[in-house]
Amino acid sequence: MSDQISIRLAGQLGQFDLNVDFAAPMHGITALFGPSGCGKTTILRSVAGLNRIPGEIRVGGETWQNERLFLPTHKRPIGYVFQEPSLFPHLSVRQNLTYGARRTKAEHAIRFDDVVELLGLAHLIDRWPTHLSGGERQRVSIGRALLSQPRLLLMDEPLSALDRMAKDEILPYFEALHSSLKIPMLLVTHDISEVERLADHLVLLKSGRVQASGRLSDVLTAPDSPLAARSDFAAVLPGLVDRIDPDGIAVVKVGETEIYLLADSLSPGDSVRVRIAAGDVSIARQRAQDSSILNAVPVHILSIEPMGLSETGLLLGLPDGAGQFRARISRRSNAKLNLQEGDEVIAQIKSVSLLANR
Amino acid sequence: MGELWSPIRLTLELASITTVLLMIVGTPIAWWLAWSSWRGKEIVATIIALPLVLPPTVLGFYLLIALGPNGLGGWFGDLAGVRTFAFTFEGLVFGSVIYSLPFAVQPIRNSFEAMGKRPLEVAATLRASPWDRFVSVAVPLALPGLLTGAVLGFAHTVGEFGVILMIGGNIPGETKVLSIAIYDFVETLRWREAHILSAGMLVFSFAVILSVSLLARRARNRVPA
Repeated sequence: MSDQISIRLAGQLGQFDLNVDFAAPMHGITALFGPSGCGKTTILRSVAGLNRIPGEIRVGGETWQNERLFLPTHKRPIGYVFQEPSLFPHLSVRQNLTYGARRTKAEHAIRFDDVVELLGLAHLIDRWPTHLSGGERQRVSIGRALLSQPRLLLMDEPLSALDRMAKDEILPYFEALHSSLKIPMLLVTHDISEVERLADHLVLLKSGRVQASGRLSDVLTAPDSPLAARSDFAAVLPGLVDRIDPDGIAVVKVGETEIYLLADSLSPGDSVRVRIAAGDVSIARQRAQDSSILNAVPVHILSIEPMGLSETGLLLGLPDGAGQFRARISRRSNAKLNLQEGDEVIAQIKSVSLLANR
Repeated sequence: MGELWSPIRLTLELASITTVLLMIVGTPIAWWLAWSSWRGKEIVATIIALPLVLPPTVLGFYLLIALGPNGLGGWFGDLAGVRTFAFTFEGLVFGSVIYSLPFAVQPIRNSFEAMGKRPLEVAATLRASPWDRFVSVAVPLALPGLLTGAVLGFAHTVGEFGVILMIGGNIPGETKVLSIAIYDFVETLRWREAHILSAGMLVFSFAVILSVSLLARRARNRVPA
């Protein structure tokens, strides 16, 4: 397949034993997610050629590594963003940005001025790395990677070394990157909120093995998803802004289901991504007439499984298979309502958050 | 004046040539010591560091044998058409490189290790070939270490005495360097000449130590990005 990234690696790196085999599409953001020590950074470094683990790596029809071949890092058309910005301290911001560009023979489709504009670097261009904030440095290092005209962007927890403020400052640039450039990205992260907000595809990793991989919504809501047991579990649903009501409520359609959102920056026609946390969903047999809860949507129960000693997890489906999300309720409520798989119920969603406006 | 100038000129020549060779030989050695994952590398590092603790006469004795007609010197001498490299300027250069090598290698290795692998990895992901990475990233980042290595190597060669006496003797214009000349002047009770040369060395040494510590301070002040 020439339109995908396929990665098969099996071997040891020091004490660590890696054995993975998965594919990711040549578009959108694929998140490699898992706890520290699961091998996600090792995989990313192997794709870059910085680690050498036996296996095969193919990207968009080109082989970068197999039994006979190992393309050295500087010959792979990648852009790598490290956890720490790692700017060259002896070069100015401008010289850092053009370091890779000057060494790239590929057509310069990504232009200097556009990257400066996209990442908001204009006022930093003649400064030195030591005089930048953490967030600014990371933006420069993203720009530097982009200007080397990569066919694949590799991001190793690019936000984790940043504080909350710097993170909030940089996330919108990531979303801009995603919508304005057509470069596929592998994003290593251990932060589920980054996955929910940014990823289109998800590879779940644990102890050097792939637990699940596929489209984000599929992996999140798969009945046996290893994520389902997390207390902070949330589903992510893609939707379209249908209209803005006079009282300021945005009506988002997920399939035929209407979801109401408090968001003032939307306009009709926007593609959005909404997040529904399992802990924010309660179940009723009938639509409550006198409730302050804005979102009460008809769903059917796809599966019921116990979670710990006192809770029950429900997988809920929207009509016409438009999407799935989860609810976490007490065992007592489950018994009281006598819920069965296949039941038609009302899901009351206490809060729906807007993740991204694409 | 020729008696004073000849050893000064010879010393500067010897130290300059030695320093250039130290940089050419020492930098790859320091690079290898900094990055090699081979376990035996500390043994190599120890051998290079031996001149730090060996009495110069011991080092000089082995060098004399090595340079002589029955050692490497004789073998290379056959190629060059001479019988031996002992008691020649070329022999002094060889001995000085060995003697001063640890003084050059150590600061260079330290600066490579302080830089770490990350900048080189970053450069590789930005399409820089290995040689390009060395020139455009490693050399500028390790520059204080390289300069310190060069200054120390130069200064140490200038101050060399024991090894030179063993392998070079005291041939005016060929092997009679500053330190030997001072010794000679004192032996023959020519205090005025000994004073002039010694005071010059004193000023020189002061300048060297000051410049090395200033270089080291500049390196420390470089904030890591």
